[in-house]
Amino acid sequence: MAEHQETERAGAPIPTVIADELHIVYRVNGAKTGKGSATAALSRIIRRGSDDTARGVRKVHAVRGVSFVAYRGEAIGLIGSNGSGKSTLLRAIAGLLPAERGKVYTDGQPSLLGVNAALMNDLTGERNVILGGLAMGMSREQIMARYQGIVDFSGINEKGDFITLPMRTYSSGMAARLRFSIAAAKDHDVLMIDEALATGDRKFQKRSEQRIRELRKEAGTVFLVSHNNKSIRDTCDRVLWLERGELRMDGPTDEVLKEYEKFTGK
Amino acid sequence: MSCPHPLRIPKTKVFPLVSETTHDGTVALGTPVSPDDGLTSAQLADRYGLSVSGARPSLVEYVRQLWDRRHFILAFSRAKLTAQYSQAKLGQLWQVATPLLNAAVYFFIFGLILKADRGMSRDVYIPFLVTGVFVFTFTQSSVMAGVRAISGNLGLVRALHFPRASLPISFSLQQLQQLLFSMIVLFAVAIGFGSIPDLSWLLIVPVLALQFLFNTGLALIMARAGAKTPDLAQLMPFVMRTWMYASGVMFSIPIMLEDKPGWVADILQVNPASIYMDLMRFALIEGYSADNLPDHVWALAGGWALLLAAGGFVYFWKAEERYGRG
Repeated sequence: MAEHQETERAGAPIPTVIADELHIVYRVNGAKTGKGSATAALSRIIRRGSDDTARGVRKVHAVRGVSFVAYRGEAIGLIGSNGSGKSTLLRAIAGLLPAERGKVYTDGQPSLLGVNAALMNDLTGERNVILGGLAMGMSREQIMARYQGIVDFSGINEKGDFITLPMRTYSSGMAARLRFSIAAAKDHDVLMIDEALATGDRKFQKRSEQRIRELRKEAGTVFLVSHNNKSIRDTCDRVLWLERGELRMDGPTDEVLKEYEKFTGK
Repeated sequence: MSCPHPLRIPKTKVFPLVSETTHDGTVALGTPVSPDDGLTSAQLADRYGLSVSGARPSLVEYVRQLWDRRHFILAFSRAKLTAQYSQAKLGQLWQVATPLLNAAVYFFIFGLILKADRGMSRDVYIPFLVTGVFVFTFTQSSVMAGVRAISGNLGLVRALHFPRASLPISFSLQQLQQLLFSMIVLFAVAIGFGSIPDLSWLLIVPVLALQFLFNTGLALIMARAGAKTPDLAQLMPFVMRTWMYASGVMFSIPIMLEDKPGWVADILQVNPASIYMDLMRFALIEGYSADNLPDHVWALAGGWALLLAAGGFVYFWKAEERYGRG
């Protein structure tokens, strides 16, 4: 209880994200037989109107009744084995996936650190910086002001003038570094990072972790999905552990990670 | 732990790992904080002014958000246009070469082999045909890009937050820019067959503007339909081809249908594709007089554009929060 008294003295924490009994369900067409044969498709159309299972639409219940409250100034790690619903949960918080049941309340517009989809391999790095910035909702002036910073941070030009070459000519590491640099250039209220720290060489990883700590100071709340327990330990103070779409544990990083490592047998 | 500033450590909660467990909403809150204790999530959200994530904005707010993204919409359409030919050796030259080759193929088949130029001199028919092909292609490719605007860009829709209408609008903007390249070819053909640029060429601007509005509306409708039923991408080429043959792209409707009842030609002539083609031909081609246009042609052109643009926009907006599911 000592913790709570401390909290009160520091002023009541301000919630930024509230998840209330959140359920997310994916629907996959023609996955019943696993073959997607013509007859299966036909019967699906004929049975339109009857329930989903009869039509061969398979439901994947990815998040099952998750509830939590995140507060301003927190960095929250999300852990769990593959397919436990971590990325899905982040997308739902960002408002990118509609909830089947339950609700997510947020302060402002949470953003997912994922600009990859807007970038085009056939364009030069230079144009991708601008396109990616615009896609994240930055203004032209903001991008111009930060352009040099983005390029320097990515280190693309360390080995010659690569920023004016099409992105398809980049090595996978270089492309990943540029993507992270573009994504991290914007300030966010609630920021969500999905496995972003695994990119680049060790030097770049250090720089990324530093940038995430900065973003957290600017942002209200940071969510981080990672399979790297060390980067969770280095950046987060609270951890949510998801397993099979359910929230299994919610608490301080050390306690949850200890249980998680016991669970995974590490 | 290397936390830069002191942080509140939440009390650890452990939940049993049983499928379909339902937790009581208030119990599962991460940190019970005394002044807020006992509040439901909705009350807590209300107290701190949080809003439901991913809810659909009002129509006015939606238009404002879209306006804020205008630079993105333009940059995205131009990037798509450039990326299209970036691997080719001739590069952006294909922007002009592709429509030129298209026109040549249609001329070979319909002008030389099928002789569809009934009732027109060659000086009229060739620009007539090329205009028809280009103007119809503008609508056709906007529709096809519209169908795949959401379903083909799910990655983008699921990763970033922006008004989804940006995508279909951006794609029809890309087609407009493509058409502007084709216009270079079209001007050359028109001049080559004896039409001299005069004041009537200025009519091209309103015609293109209205057709662009029409196409964007259609692309918005197709984007919503295609997001729900991706199969439309397979079906639409056939619909579009039927529409093309029915709109008089390579023949004059009144002349071809002389022996049929008059209402058939009337219906075909008031269809929007045929109206925008005829207006463009009227503006460009010396020997294509106003006699070839149906009555109230400008009202029809404006009406179609307004109906589709406004209707398509509202129709698309109504499903805004559902794009990207599943």
